[in-house]
Amino acid sequence: MANTSGRVLGVNGNMVTVEFHSAISKNEVGFIQVGTDRLKGEVIRINGNTAALQVFEMTNGISVGDRVEFTDEMLSVSLGPGLLQQIYDGLQNPLPQLAEQCGFFLQRGVYLDAIPNKSWDFTPTVKVGDTLYPGDTFATVPEGLFTHQIMVPFTLADIPYKVVSIKKQGTYGVRDIVCIIEDDKANKKELSMVFTWPVKKAIKVYEERLRPDETLVTKIRIIDTFLPVAKGGTYCTPGPFGAGKTVLQHMTSRNADVDIVIIAACGERAGEVVEVLKEFPELTDPKTGRSLIERTIIICNTSSMPVASREASVYTAVTIAEYYRQMGLNILLLADSTSRWAQAMREMSGRLEEIPGEEAFPAYLESRIAEFYERAGKVRLKDGRIGSITIGGTVSPAGGNFEEPVTQATLKVVGAFHGLSRERSDARKYPAIEPLSSWSKYEGVIKKQKVEYARSILFRGSEINQMMKVVGEEGTSIADYATYQKSELLDACYLQQNSFDPVDSSVPVERQCYLFDLLFKVLASEFAFDDKKQVRSFFNTIRQHFLDWNNVPFQGERFKQIENEIVTLYKGKQAAIDPDAEKLI
Amino acid sequence: MQKVYSKIESIVGNVITVRAKGVRNSELAIVTTGTDQSYANVIKLDNDLVSLQVFSGAQGISTGDQVRFLGVPMRVSYTENLLGRVFDGTGSPRDNGPSLTDNMIDIGGPAVNPAKRIIPRNMIRTGIPMIDVFNTLVESQKLPIFSVSGEPYNELLARIAMQAEVDLIVLGGMGLKFDDYLFFKDTLEASGAMSRTIMFIHTASDPTVECMLVPDMALAVAERFALDGKKVLVLLTDMTNFADSMKEMAITMDQVPSNRGYPGDLYSSLASRYEKAVDFEGAGSVTILAVTTMPGDDVTHPVPDNTGYITEGQYYLKGGRIEPFGSLSRLKQQVNKDTRDDHRALMDGMIKLYASYKESVEKKSMGFMMTEWDEKLLKYGHLFETKLMDLSVNIPLEQALDLGWEILSQCFEPNETGLKSDLILSRWPKKLND
Ligand SMILES: Nc1ncnc2c1ncn2[C@@H]1O[C@H](COP(=O)(O)OP(=O)(O)OP(=O)(O)O)[C@@H](O)[C@H]1O
Ligand SMILES: [Mg+2]
Repeated sequence: MANTSGRVLGVNGNMVTVEFHSAISKNEVGFIQVGTDRLKGEVIRINGNTAALQVFEMTNGISVGDRVEFTDEMLSVSLGPGLLQQIYDGLQNPLPQLAEQCGFFLQRGVYLDAIPNKSWDFTPTVKVGDTLYPGDTFATVPEGLFTHQIMVPFTLADIPYKVVSIKKQGTYGVRDIVCIIEDDKANKKELSMVFTWPVKKAIKVYEERLRPDETLVTKIRIIDTFLPVAKGGTYCTPGPFGAGKTVLQHMTSRNADVDIVIIAACGERAGEVVEVLKEFPELTDPKTGRSLIERTIIICNTSSMPVASREASVYTAVTIAEYYRQMGLNILLLADSTSRWAQAMREMSGRLEEIPGEEAFPAYLESRIAEFYERAGKVRLKDGRIGSITIGGTVSPAGGNFEEPVTQATLKVVGAFHGLSRERSDARKYPAIEPLSSWSKYEGVIKKQKVEYARSILFRGSEINQMMKVVGEEGTSIADYATYQKSELLDACYLQQNSFDPVDSSVPVERQCYLFDLLFKVLASEFAFDDKKQVRSFFNTIRQHFLDWNNVPFQGERFKQIENEIVTLYKGKQAAIDPDAEKLI
Repeated sequence: MQKVYSKIESIVGNVITVRAKGVRNSELAIVTTGTDQSYANVIKLDNDLVSLQVFSGAQGISTGDQVRFLGVPMRVSYTENLLGRVFDGTGSPRDNGPSLTDNMIDIGGPAVNPAKRIIPRNMIRTGIPMIDVFNTLVESQKLPIFSVSGEPYNELLARIAMQAEVDLIVLGGMGLKFDDYLFFKDTLEASGAMSRTIMFIHTASDPTVECMLVPDMALAVAERFALDGKKVLVLLTDMTNFADSMKEMAITMDQVPSNRGYPGDLYSSLASRYEKAVDFEGAGSVTILAVTTMPGDDVTHPVPDNTGYITEGQYYLKGGRIEPFGSLSRLKQQVNKDTRDDHRALMDGMIKLYASYKESVEKKSMGFMMTEWDEKLLKYGHLFETKLMDLSVNIPLEQALDLGWEILSQCFEPNETGLKSDLILSRWPKKLND
């Protein structure tokens, strides 16, 4: 069947209207022929025999009457071995290969194979006559750190298939036919190691979804202890510009305890991606001892790249995540920034002249955001293994004000909220997560009651600080002043963490617990002070010790030395222990 | 085959429509009104109805005027002859020199492939402690000066430009006051830098559509010089005027505004300009310093707000000083690890103390008793502001760092600074009477 063709009727920014004459479907891909360039677009609206195409490229030079060819395929990504370590644009175009071909600049209309044409060591796991369903594994290939499972495409109808033939163990090209299956009507399907999947559809070939109940360790103290994230959960990081969202995500992408990290740089600065690109190959993953880049996939559609492919980029990222989850792996997807994605939707909605909602965002903004985060989750696969996708998205609210549509819609659907504050980042208190207004529904690495006790000191300290602003330090009791100093100590030595210090930048759970325990003993102590000067001086000294302690290697000689000094210091001043806290020690 | 159309269907704002065939999106045209000619470019196609924005504005255009399509997009000449010259937003000379038509290049070209970028690595020294110590400027950075009107932002821009070691300066003026234009010209001439400067100037009295072209012209030229190995510094002042021209155009085109009248693509439009800042491997670089005036001193105004989300930090100019809060260089960590071992820690430590100083000032203003600690902070804040923040201070980085330690030691005991002990041991100034 010949594919449908059409011709351009009009151009408005990146929206092109096209007249066509036989059947096309929504989200189908079409190519506009402009001179020698073929520009990719996606059908986003159909009305009679005109279709609106959002074009993933700059639209200059398009002229009325230009030919459009529809592909009869939805906007899809290629799935198969070789995705790891890749750097793609929002449409899964591999950027380094594009650079090889086109040089410094992104040339429009060039689309390369997403999956490299490579050969893999193929081991069949089924034999002729076996029955398979879509999503079932029929072979494996080793892909870096993982055993990559070659699966029956999820795109096939959910019915049983019989294996008609399968290649022996050996080395085969990724696009070679390696297996043939047939359904009960003897319709044969030839399978290679690659298949495609439409990005806007969630992959759901698992047995059941589970509750995200295991902490995803990020090695960032304020997160793991106070505002934890769970494997299979979702969280968001809104904050004004420059508050530290990207730095926080980069730290997380390095240290998170997961199998694969997918970084979706969506409409942000190209320079930030370059840092990841250049640094990750040099960094070793402490868990595997291999280079960090081996567990990373980067989807990079930065702010000056076409806005329609920015819209597609988060879907590309989450589809690849779902594919690897089918192999029983834990994936972390970090999207920076979901606001840019929302803005891409807004631009297109404006061109379609849809009725605008708040701040001109389309009415379906909320449901799109919810759908996206819903694609996270911990699942039990059909063969019993467990896999998960955790999604963390940054939000860039206009004016840093969280009362805006994207932040509000996101807060409704996520399991943890790490709100960054301008106040904290201005004072260089990094990570600038506001500890009191942020929340998490997940389990952390330290016993809940202890964390609650520490949090109550933060609350109380902040209240006292507010009060001091009214009544002055002289109107504050010594005991209150000491509580305030405790909260400052907890803030300076636990909540704040230096991302650029080699030791402090990533703190494993064991060390977090160790630090927390000692700090807890200080927080739980009631001290005998004569005046506020003594309070201040005591806390200055002990803070200095904790800070030094944070910067030396765990359990080294210097570490033990400082620990002893801290113990001597606080025991020297300790008058009693708060009975509420004593129960917890 | 250039066909001439002589029936203009509509004239709204600076946008005209004509019925024409075979026209390409973004193509350039010439509109002839009596003896005047203006460029215009295609911004929308709807069957045979073509919308064009007229660069010199649509005032005086009549429905019978001629529109001639040129079949090419907006371009600018790229040659050595640009140096020392002054042009308007369409690339026509503003000085008395000849028009340049050699080697025309497209403006608003495609983005650089992120895979081809490199990590910025060269500090640009300015002699201003608030920049060199606290918010280091880096080659290929894109950084605006956020300013209230009335602040000496153009002076600051010019000073950094004079002091920075670059091969070439491209100045893009948007809605520039004529006096400011003369100020830049005089400063550049006085320092002998004019011969390595190219100016694209739109003044407040020029047509607004031309304002929108200035950044693209300036950056297209800068990018080519960078590809040819030059270190280029692009100065763009004032980007708020650029955004306002965009707003005007969006309203003319009946676009739904997203925030205070600005179009929803404000972010993308600003980003595609600022992202032209780049360091080319094996060639030169483009660094962008811009001015963004903040209407009503409001950082949350859509223009500074969107800008802040795009650029790699900002210098916040207030009361004639670069404010430590609000100012940020996001690339500083790329270079300040290699300047001096105390640079980073001192930078963070001093800012944290300055934040505490601000709290004490607030307490004092409310009439509270000042504790000994407050007094120390007040002394510190005063020294910090006069010795480091004042814009007239012009000293190299190393001297500024030493001065920082000096100020700390005059005000505090070592353990009050929150700095690491080993640094204090090596850097804390020895007291004379010790
Ligand atoms: N944990 C940290 N430690 C030290 N400095 C930090 C930290 N987090 C952020 N910063 C500083 O703040 C700057 C801005 O951080 P970042 O780029 O992450 O902000 P952002 O919230 O992503 O801003 P935008 O919304 O504009 O992208 C960094 O370049 C760095 O200088
Ligand atoms: Mg960011």
